[in-house]
Amino acid sequence: MASKATASQKKPSKGDDGRAVGADASALDRPRHSLPDAETCTAVHEKMLVIRRFEERAGEMYAKAKIGGFLHLCIGEEATVVGATQALRAGDYLMSTYREHGQAIARGTPPKEVMAELFGRSGGCSGGRGGSMHLFDWERRFLGGYGIVGANLPLAVGVALASDYTASDDVTLCMSGDGATNQGTFGEAMNLAALWSLPVVFLIINNQFGMGTALERHSAETDLSRKSSGFGVPGSRCDGMDVLDVHAVVSEALEKARRNREPQLIEAVTYRFRGHSMADPEEYREKEEVEEWRERDPIASFGRRLAEEDVLSEERQAELDDEAVKLIDEAVEFADDSPLPDLDSLYDDLYVYSENGANAWWTVDERSPETHRGEAERDSGDVAHELAEAGAAYAGAGAGDAKARKRRRKQDGGEAAEGEQAAADREDEGGGD
Amino acid sequence: MPAMRYREALNQALREEMEADERVFIMGEDIGVFQGAFKVTEGLLEEFGEKRVRDTPISENTIVGAGVGAAMAGLRPIVEIMTINFALLAMDQIINCAASIHYMFGGQVRVPLVIRMPQGAGHQLGPTHSHSFEALYLHVPGLLVAVPTTAADAKGLLKTAIQDENPVIFIEHESLYGQRGEVPENGGPLRFGEAAIRREGDDVTLVGISRMALTAEKAAETLASEHEVEAEVIDPRTLRPLDLDTILASVEKTNRAVIVEEGWPHGGVGANLAALIQEQAFDHLDAPVARVTGADVPMPYSKPLEQAAFPHDEHVVSAALATFRDL
Repeated sequence: MASKATASQKKPSKGDDGRAVGADASALDRPRHSLPDAETCTAVHEKMLVIRRFEERAGEMYAKAKIGGFLHLCIGEEATVVGATQALRAGDYLMSTYREHGQAIARGTPPKEVMAELFGRSGGCSGGRGGSMHLFDWERRFLGGYGIVGANLPLAVGVALASDYTASDDVTLCMSGDGATNQGTFGEAMNLAALWSLPVVFLIINNQFGMGTALERHSAETDLSRKSSGFGVPGSRCDGMDVLDVHAVVSEALEKARRNREPQLIEAVTYRFRGHSMADPEEYREKEEVEEWRERDPIASFGRRLAEEDVLSEERQAELDDEAVKLIDEAVEFADDSPLPDLDSLYDDLYVYSENGANAWWTVDERSPETHRGEAERDSGDVAHELAEAGAAYAGAGAGDAKARKRRRKQDGGEAAEGEQAAADREDEGGGD
Repeated sequence: MPAMRYREALNQALREEMEADERVFIMGEDIGVFQGAFKVTEGLLEEFGEKRVRDTPISENTIVGAGVGAAMAGLRPIVEIMTINFALLAMDQIINCAASIHYMFGGQVRVPLVIRMPQGAGHQLGPTHSHSFEALYLHVPGLLVAVPTTAADAKGLLKTAIQDENPVIFIEHESLYGQRGEVPENGGPLRFGEAAIRREGDDVTLVGISRMALTAEKAAETLASEHEVEAEVIDPRTLRPLDLDTILASVEKTNRAVIVEEGWPHGGVGANLAALIQEQAFDHLDAPVARVTGADVPMPYSKPLEQAAFPHDEHVVSAALATFRDL
């Protein structure tokens, strides 16, 4: 069992060459940027607040078992998320990791559609298919959250290739965590992007941990902005706790990629205040360290500055916060009211049907006695429904989930998830085999 | 009908589809200047230029991933992987991305990508260049899988694969590249999910996958000439979608089935087909469904060992005759 890293191991320090290494963004000696106009400041602050309140509420909903699976919150990283996305044009593409609720919201996806996705509802931005880790919004050119560390790097290269191929000046911004810089795809993607001079910017969100493994324990080079240059992609760093610095550095990089076809890498030095996921007991870091970083809270510090420079009063900030809370209340309400996906839709969107390609396929469901012919989507209703019902009944019989179901029912005040109850009923009728 | 080699038929399909659609481009290791490890892309660089015929670094996972990304953004990429074993490096992109993206994002985006690669034993390429992995891809919902055997099928199915809106795993065979066959002039795309009956017969159904369709045909000749057994030989041509109807209709006629594949036995194509046949046509079977597969070992280098590790027609003859035993 891994022991807690000692504080001294994790203290920020300067490398031999005087460059900042490790955890402390304040050691970066980044310039202080002047504030943009009041309207922009307000919009930025508002976005960060909405993301913060969204994440907090998502955590609560997870504890209430409204959200299943894993839930990765970006609390602490809001300046990085908002500063970077604010630098994008409408036509630019954004790709992210599985910690991407903030990215979707920052790009313009309504929080209610993100919350509904977390709830697994049909009104979710991926129709309930993807969940927290796989948000997607084609209309806003948010090309997804990806659950495999480093998997989005090659995809971003491909999207940028398409932009270049069609002589468009759209740029792809690809966000990854510090952990992704250790994947093979990191070097491969950097090399290919540089080799083909593609319009792509890689933003490494260094939140100091690859899941529960501290940066110093997972990467030999802790200045992540240096990891791409050998592959031909120049790197730079920004203070991920300062929304203005992120915006300035990302804007410059996007323009280099757009105008000169020079792909760029940026390391945003930040920190996640919460665990890797909701299932994280956080035994790998000291509470004091989290508290130190919380003093640099990106929203509070930006808010203080807005008040000091008379751009946005504390009262007005409090009002914005109330509005954010209200927006998230509505998002939860929307998600609660959004219907669960129809069982008939289980096989929808597996294939795109056409005359010469896929027009049907044979599928076998070992949980039901029959073999079924998968048909064109428009005809698949009955068969898919039978399959899904058999599957739900089978899942209902699993003893492993019994405790979780009971707990969820209790927490929901008796309003047990209807699907589960229905499955249990079917089970009682002997439909479980 | 002009006769041409399997590789020439593939080349023709690539050329025609690239001429027809500006969005179609091909990338892969050594496909341009070198003209392809198996010369399938010969002449394409000269004709279409570096924008559309792209030599890549040796980075399989990223080449496939870049193909997926480009397809999502509206292009129609063809990725050539030099040998099917190398595609194992790209399994993350193939399964977690290519196959899943349309479904997991609720149908908002499509992945019209073709991944072409050769497989198969017989050239003493040893344990990392000779395997047959169609079963790995058959396993994955969201992928289409084509395994063409003849030059005509190679051309027609590749045209379909390029035009299709789904990710297609297009599995060629190293031993088939030099095979000649007649290819219809101005032949169009061939439908996926339509098996070819290579030989008609009433006594036993032989289903051969990829090159094994030819092995099954050869076995059928021996069965007819030496054993008075008329075998029906079926080449499914695509495994996803699968033309099970044609296979079942044949089994209902012959009451016997032998599945021949070059890949490993456990979890193989034959295992899957045997399950489907017994589920769908149990009452028509007069014998257990038989399988002839590659040996359950990594492919050995030494010639006699390698030859012993994949099916030959005599194995198919024995398996077919065994279905008549004890009756």
